Amino acid sequence: MLLIPCPWCGPRDEREFRYGGQAHIAYPADPSALGDEAWADYLFMRDNPAGRHAERWFHGSGCRAWCDVERDTVDYTVTGSCTTGAHPAGGPDTGPCTSPYCVRRAVPSTGGTR
Amino acid sequence: MTGRRTGAGPVPDTWIVFDGEEVPAVAGEPVSASLLAAGVRTVCLGIRTGRPRGVVGIGTGEPGAQVRTGGPDPRPMAPATRVEAREGLRVSGLAGYGRLPEQAPARRGDARWAHCDVLVVGAGPAGLAAADAARAEGARVIIADEAPEPGGGARGNGRDAWAAATWQALAEAPDVRALARTTVTGHYDHGEHAALERRGRSDLLWRIRARRTVLATGSTERPFAFQDDDLPGVMLAEAAAAYVRRHGVLPGERAVVAGCHDGALWAAAALHDGGARIEAAADARPRVGAAAREALRRRGIEVRPGTSVVRAEAGADGGVAAALLVPVGTARGEPDRVPCDLLAVSGGHDPAAPLAVQAGARLHWSAAHAAFLPGGLPPTTVCVGAAAGTRDPEAAVEEGIAAGAAAARAALGPPAVPPDPVHTAPQGPLAGAPGGGLPDVMRSRGASAQGHGGEGNGGGESAPLDLWSGPDEPTGPAATATEDVAPPMALFSVTGPGTDAGRVYVDLQRDAALSDIRAAVDAGMDSIELIKRHTTIGTGPDQGRTCATVASGITAHLLGRTMDEVGGTTPRPPYAPVPFTALAGRARGELIDPLRRTPMQSWHEAHGAVYEDVGQWRRARYYPQGDEDMHAAVLRECAAARTGIAALDASTLGKIIVAGRDAGVFLDRLYTGNLSTLKPGRCRYGLLCTADGMVLDDGVIARLPDGAYLVSTTSGNAETVLDHMEEWSQTEWPELCVHVFNATDAWAVVSLVGPRSRDVMRRLAPGMDVSQEAFRFMDLREGEVAGVRARVLRVSFTGELTFEVNVPSWYGLAVWEAAMDAGADLGITPYGTETMHVLRAEKGFIVVGHETDGSVTPLDLGMDWALSRTKDFVGKRSLSRPDTARGDRPQLVGLLPEDPGTVLAEGAQLIGEAPGTGPPRARSQGWVTSSYDSAALGRSFALGLLRSGRARHGEVVHAVHLDTAVPVRVADPVFYDREGSRKDG
Repeated sequence: MLLIPCPWCGPRDEREFRYGGQAHIAYPADPSALGDEAWADYLFMRDNPAGRHAERWFHGSGCRAWCDVERDTVDYTVTGSCTTGAHPAGGPDTGPCTSPYCVRRAVPSTGGTR
Repeated sequence: MTGRRTGAGPVPDTWIVFDGEEVPAVAGEPVSASLLAAGVRTVCLGIRTGRPRGVVGIGTGEPGAQVRTGGPDPRPMAPATRVEAREGLRVSGLAGYGRLPEQAPARRGDARWAHCDVLVVGAGPAGLAAADAARAEGARVIIADEAPEPGGGARGNGRDAWAAATWQALAEAPDVRALARTTVTGHYDHGEHAALERRGRSDLLWRIRARRTVLATGSTERPFAFQDDDLPGVMLAEAAAAYVRRHGVLPGERAVVAGCHDGALWAAAALHDGGARIEAAADARPRVGAAAREALRRRGIEVRPGTSVVRAEAGADGGVAAALLVPVGTARGEPDRVPCDLLAVSGGHDPAAPLAVQAGARLHWSAAHAAFLPGGLPPTTVCVGAAAGTRDPEAAVEEGIAAGAAAARAALGPPAVPPDPVHTAPQGPLAGAPGGGLPDVMRSRGASAQGHGGEGNGGGESAPLDLWSGPDEPTGPAATATEDVAPPMALFSVTGPGTDAGRVYVDLQRDAALSDIRAAVDAGMDSIELIKRHTTIGTGPDQGRTCATVASGITAHLLGRTMDEVGGTTPRPPYAPVPFTALAGRARGELIDPLRRTPMQSWHEAHGAVYEDVGQWRRARYYPQGDEDMHAAVLRECAAARTGIAALDASTLGKIIVAGRDAGVFLDRLYTGNLSTLKPGRCRYGLLCTADGMVLDDGVIARLPDGAYLVSTTSGNAETVLDHMEEWSQTEWPELCVHVFNATDAWAVVSLVGPRSRDVMRRLAPGMDVSQEAFRFMDLREGEVAGVRARVLRVSFTGELTFEVNVPSWYGLAVWEAAMDAGADLGITPYGTETMHVLRAEKGFIVVGHETDGSVTPLDLGMDWALSRTKDFVGKRSLSRPDTARGDRPQLVGLLPEDPGTVLAEGAQLIGEAPGTGPPRARSQGWVTSSYDSAALGRSFALGLLRSGRARHGEVVHAVHLDTAVPVRVADPVFYDREGSRKDG
């Protein structure tokens, strides 16, 4: 089992994570504008390098945050990890969140690793 | 009697029972020692041949004596060398295979997790020194050894007091854990190790995460092969000597010792000192070490160089009675028959390298050591002592100190420290081995090989005797050592003109012989991995600990290749057998998987519910009355729901709260329908798809008065949906302010179903206006129900008027009981999951997991009406892919068996023609997804997925299950109340 450096929790056992495939495959801004081939490319085609690979991991049995991990697929060396997609401070200017459930005010800005 | 106690060791203080006979024993000694001392030669029988087998070695890698133990702590199979004697222990020899105890094993397992800076595997001189040095550097250390006591291979060699004291000091030191009887069974990624600790009647499975690992795993003494080398009384020479030194047990009175390295000669001296008469001390090498030779000479024993054993001879008891000695390399005259009751042989030492190989090491043959040595270890792992070929204990200690201290410093250094050159290679241990350009042992040997008589490679002509070995004078630094010590010789097998290759046993545990290797090579196999699988050599419980190198050596000779070209087989984990009870740990019986119960479980229990497991949930399936079977009960429950009042415990329904400023936008992007426009207090049905357009889940989404959404999911699917939501919110749309959390267990749900449900609601919630005008279909109301604050949803999974009452789970049972009381005079009927499925199927409502399997789109289900045309949602683009848009995909249909009394098997395949009338190999056109008998329809019916099904209503197809084909008519999937008039009561 790998030892995966969760940017929030530190190094944790692979058993606490779920694999999320290749990182940096963004959901297309306008899927309907894509042809069949381009859409199939988004859905199904992934890199399969022998070497460094940026991939997503979900710390489901831990902090439940997704993170990006760079791992060598040959010797499994993990060269780094970073947070992905937690709430950026601010967000788009659509007004303050008034939901009584919102805990956002308690969440520090992202980007920090500890 | 052949074996006895020398008197120098402890006096027997207890007894064991071996095959029904009492045998005196010293508590804690290995059973093999007790048996040898009592003169028991035959311990078990060969797995294929049934030939008698006795104790061969000492420690874990025992190829001969396999036993099972009875009593309160049964072990179906264990080497006699690793079972500790205790009073009354019942031991019997294994006749071939182990057998599980009849009753559930009493043996318990548990798991433990640990982290350390430095893990030291092995507590011999090198390991103890390494652990102590690492401790002194301030590292957190774990040291593990499979034996009960420390000392490793050096036990009984005058260092026991030092070993015990060092072990004790380690055990008492803070931040050090000393684990005896603990076998490290595997090395895994990123410094993870598995270890099995044997503790009395339980096993502990450790998962140890180490920053650095020091492998001080020692070495295994290996034999060489000759005819009848499996006879009881044929032992490994140093093992025989170890019984004398460690346990005061002399395995035989009259010993012949045959070896090819100085260690075997020293073993002869030890056997002599223990009281044995050395009948012959043969050494295959032309020149032996002067120190050992002189030591034997002082004892009146003259070494016979250039001599080895070609055959063992059995006596009346089936054990060895004589050894036939021959000069090696040439055939001169008749073999010399030397009577003996102990034939102690030794072919050299194999570093115990499996963990090193698992860590990434490669083995290379060292002629100087006559062994495969590990090299090229990763920076986090280092190999020391005998495991690296260093046999001198003093040198091993020095290596251990250096490696332990360096490992500790590396582990404690700054996190991002570059690989420390100290750790890049086990330099010390390998200093004695030539690096690269190793002498081409087998090829040079092969070039000058005398033929080896027999069917093998042919070419055997005049010289009939064959010694399969390395060159007589190995090169390399070790060869230039002092005259006192002579380098070992690589000796794997000795055969002569009359040798029966089928009785030259290589792997005793598999009864695999030289003839098997020959057959494999003759069949064209030239890979040691293939030969292993063909001959089964090395696949026994000892994993070929003593025979793997012998098999490689013989194979190299037969193929005319070098040892490096042949190599060894891959030593995969586990290194030693791990009982399933240890792997299971506490995950047995009820604890194997969490069991989720609803708050109303005790009521279901008291009312005779029959259960069904749905995911981890235990749900009531039906409530039989009297001697009703499921069929009768379900028809009765269905009728109550359709004509009166029935109640379902729907607490297992997944409930996810989606809140935050952008919750509506978020759900719009995920669900197929528009949810941002949903007004507080209203509900809407939605489908959830994955990006490839396949249905992941469905459910009703309610907007709470405070604006948050309550999303219901299929029972058992809440975690999947929650994960899906978190993934998209975190990784794709982090700009959205959305919070999702799973509230499934926080709410109990009482679903009141049927035309009379409004009457019951009036009684339960007098303060709530439940009239059709005030509380419409798809409304959500908050208020008091049975005195408890509740959320009530008017949704319907049956087509009937339904009030879904959500209350905090703490009050679930009370509200359920209140509903039962309130509806008692109306005949309120509890119903279970089976009735729920019938009712929803009659309406053509899908169940995710029944009608969908991850390959079904909303279009396949005919649910176009649930798809928004005005906005994007995850998976939408996929619905117009060529494959998902084609017309001949399997589509949801209703199925009516032509015989209304036949209930189809779920999963039955659908074919067009009746069997025998259509094409010879009918192709499946679909399958049955749900099938029931219906009270409302008065007949059986089913749902299914059928190719182009929507265009085939009215057609007759055939449902095939096992050997029967049933004609069924394709129909619309909605069988009951197609106009939807019943939902308002």
